[in-house]
Amino acid sequence: MSKMSYRDAIRSALREALREDPRVFLMGEDVGGYGGAFKVSYGLIEEFGPERVRDTPLCENTFLGAGIGAALGGMRPIVEIMTVNFSLLALDQIVNNAATLRHMSGGQLSVPLVVRMTTGGGRQLAAQHSHSLEGWFAHIPGIKIVVPALAADARGFVLAALRDPDPVFIFEHATLYPVEGEVDEQAGPAEIGRALVRRAGDAVSLVTYGGTLGKALQAADELAVDGIQAEVIDLRSLRPLDTETILASVAKTHRAVIVDEGWRTCSFAAEVSARIMEGGFYSLDSPVARVCSAEVPMPYAKHMEEAALPQVPAIVAAVKEMLVAHG
Amino acid sequence: MPILTADMSAGTLVEWRKKPGDALKRGDIIALVETDKGLIDIEVFTPGVLETIVVQPGATVPTGTVLAVIRDEAATGALPAPAGAPPPAPSPVVPPPPVAPAPPGRLRISPLARKLAAELGIDPAAVRGTGAGGAIRREDIEQAAAARAAAPAERPRAALERQARLRQAIAAAMARSKREIPHYYLATTIDMHGAMTWLAEENLKRSVPDRLLYGVLLIKAVALALKEVPELNSVWRGSEPVRSEAIHVGVAISLRGGGLVAPALHDTAGQSLGDLMRSFRDLVLRARSGGLRSSELSDPTITVTSLGEQGVESVFGIIFPPQVAIVGFGKIVERPWAVGGQLVARPVVTATLSADHRVSDGHRGGLFLAAVDRLLQAPALL
Amino acid sequence: MTDIDRAHALALLRQMLLIRRFEEKAAELYTLGKIRGFLHLYIGEEAVAVGAMQALTPEDGIVATYREHGQALARGMPAGSLMAEMYGKANGCSRGHGGSMHFFDVSRRFYGGHAIVGGGLPVAVGLALADKLQGRARVTACFFGDGAVAEGGFHESLNLAALWKLPVLFLCENNLYAMGTALARHQAQPDIRRKADSYGMRSDAVDGMDVLAVEAATRRAAEHVRRGDGPFLLELRTYRFRAHSTADPELYRTKEEVTEWKRRDPIDLFTAWLQAAGALSAADLESLETSVAAEIDEAVRFAEAGPWEPVEDLTRDVYTGTP
Repeated sequence: MSKMSYRDAIRSALREALREDPRVFLMGEDVGGYGGAFKVSYGLIEEFGPERVRDTPLCENTFLGAGIGAALGGMRPIVEIMTVNFSLLALDQIVNNAATLRHMSGGQLSVPLVVRMTTGGGRQLAAQHSHSLEGWFAHIPGIKIVVPALAADARGFVLAALRDPDPVFIFEHATLYPVEGEVDEQAGPAEIGRALVRRAGDAVSLVTYGGTLGKALQAADELAVDGIQAEVIDLRSLRPLDTETILASVAKTHRAVIVDEGWRTCSFAAEVSARIMEGGFYSLDSPVARVCSAEVPMPYAKHMEEAALPQVPAIVAAVKEMLVAHG
Repeated sequence: MPILTADMSAGTLVEWRKKPGDALKRGDIIALVETDKGLIDIEVFTPGVLETIVVQPGATVPTGTVLAVIRDEAATGALPAPAGAPPPAPSPVVPPPPVAPAPPGRLRISPLARKLAAELGIDPAAVRGTGAGGAIRREDIEQAAAARAAAPAERPRAALERQARLRQAIAAAMARSKREIPHYYLATTIDMHGAMTWLAEENLKRSVPDRLLYGVLLIKAVALALKEVPELNSVWRGSEPVRSEAIHVGVAISLRGGGLVAPALHDTAGQSLGDLMRSFRDLVLRARSGGLRSSELSDPTITVTSLGEQGVESVFGIIFPPQVAIVGFGKIVERPWAVGGQLVARPVVTATLSADHRVSDGHRGGLFLAAVDRLLQAPALL
Repeated sequence: MTDIDRAHALALLRQMLLIRRFEEKAAELYTLGKIRGFLHLYIGEEAVAVGAMQALTPEDGIVATYREHGQALARGMPAGSLMAEMYGKANGCSRGHGGSMHFFDVSRRFYGGHAIVGGGLPVAVGLALADKLQGRARVTACFFGDGAVAEGGFHESLNLAALWKLPVLFLCENNLYAMGTALARHQAQPDIRRKADSYGMRSDAVDGMDVLAVEAATRRAAEHVRRGDGPFLLELRTYRFRAHSTADPELYRTKEEVTEWKRRDPIDLFTAWLQAAGALSAADLESLETSVAAEIDEAVRFAEAGPWEPVEDLTRDVYTGTP
């Protein structure tokens, strides 16, 4: 066990995979010579060479499609799309090929593709560089979506994704890369499709994932000062979604607040809310609340961006509102 | 009319490019059709000679409609019959969402029910829930409240309303029938002496519950007569009559409180008199208690109505669409009758036929009634 | 003409006839409602699929478009499994999941059947990349139309394949129309093969109505790719005699133009050539047609008799390992 940053944990998994399986290779913009836009693949091209740590031209649709083709051809590509903002250029290959080839071919093909993308806002990069669109991808049957919040999961999901015969998309929140956590480098793959309770409580279920886990835990600490024990659930996987863990928590707490950095309308939080309503209706003492981003293209000025994103005070307020009205 | 585009359900025949007598080879363009995607040529797939044009230019018809008949010169491989539908897709099988089990000791009540219980002063713990997993819902609270202030059942009112609706339905059907069907009427008087004599002897051989009413003789005679004049056993579909293979005589039964139903005795011609009697009795019972099946109401291919009990000599009924005829029998009366030049008293019944003139004419209708008469003269063969 | 040449020529002719009659039958079945959705016929372009396929080995990979019946048949996929696929039956090559536009056969390295114009090129690039990384000397042939040349993915794919020297054989079936838009109206530079120059890629163009010319040109191009000299763009100039699909009233071209092109029907041209060379008698031709007709009849029977996939299997094959 050691303490390492989220980015180092991912690198450790990539290195392990490149060493142990000759079919694995990395492909993306600036993953090689530049060392990775977020320094995740730093040093790997020196160790494994340019064939296996492969820089691409700026052509997201085609290098992601080439990843699909390479996977069909027996390789285990890890395609890096620099950020989810640029993945929009690759949506055709993702939605019309990666997600469909298995079903469309009547089960003849599997697409064992791994795609990593950076997601999220909060760094004053303005409207075109601050999206959180993992909820959109979770809409598509045929692919899997994981959203590691902690360094150990960032590592574990790379290993799990490489073992999965279907396309797995890993969304890494931009602000998490330097955050340190406990990582066991001997540990095996993380389990795709299982949420974890990061903090036990009985007053309310705070359901979240990825970049907002930290804020939810902070909010829980503040609530505890007032004697309110919040249970915090880290979803870890958006598709498949671990409804069981969510419902078990709500059965206990009778209240739920979902924290999601996507825009509120048609957010992933809406899906979670629907599932809680479907399966936990009779446990609820309050309507399910959502704390999401404001409906605005991400502003540049710091105070505006902060106002647009979900923040700790808003989470705390949402919980207290629930308790005061129906306690 | 071929299916030319993905969502096409109908097309307009614009122009014929060939005429009857023209030889056709594969690939020839035979007509021009207009679809919502524009004008498209229709080609011929099998060689032959154009025999008859069925649809004229300007007509818009659904896909699948026969446009023309081509005489197949070469015996090519038989084309598969037009598309059989794939099995009907039931609604997608969505697994029920996982429901968290109810923790023990906790009341399973919806938020709305809880609020209502509070407003009405009902103790939810004493209420039995009818929601999933025994959950208490609004209606459970409402029922509990209603039970507390019991109101008398509104039975008579409901029955009256039902009667009114039935009358309205009958009125609409009869008006439509008279409006759309060109009725013609025939009557004949039938000597029932032989039939009634036979019936009396036959019933002596039967136990009381198995005894036959003369009505089943009339019904069976009608069913057998239909075999000789089968066009009266048709149903009217859209714009033409379609012969029914099966003969299901509908028997008019009056209901208490007014109104009439005419459910089918299935396969009337094939049943014995005893079976018909049993079926008829069962129908009457169920008609009056409201227990008829919808197939019994929709299956009749002809109806027989008898006002014998009411004391009129003849009844000319209104045809029940989509049937094309209705047979009426009046009461059996004693009348003077000529037998071998001598005057005797005979029991006679007036049989009438109201028939759809689009389907049959007086000559055929007359043959039908003559057949009924003839069959009733040989009751042992019924 | 040697016996081997003659046998080869007759095989080419039979394949073209098979495609032609198959497509005619499909058109007929569509009007009867047996085949639904979209149907894009290959009639007129037979020489392209048949000629090009001669240059490929069973180990080579193929990516094609939604107008892929010709390629599928020329590749050896059984006509019955294709017909059943268009019927939507479970004994179709894709279990009835895709229909006319999505034929797949992994055993013949036939990777679809793509309905997004230009969508197959990146996948072909990836298949070639996998071969190169695993040291396999095989070609990935990628069929696409003139319409795809406008898509960004075409340029990205050519660039990437040339940059990484990947064994992709880009086969552009230029039938002069992207659905209803003529080539001159969608390409500032309508000489398609010249676009390869921008990427430093070798290219060639050939008369797509001449099956022997297509075969020769594709063999030369495939040789280049197979040698490891990088990708190749071969433009095959052809014409489709039918509409884009069944929904197309062809307002964008004149009947005269179609008639003019039909004078170069690839099957007629090849038949005439063989007859002039004394290699094809009337009896030979009739025998081929009869054999093809029987194969098509059998294919229709196979499709008619095929079962419908049970609705319970609706979500099977969404993920590998779903029961």
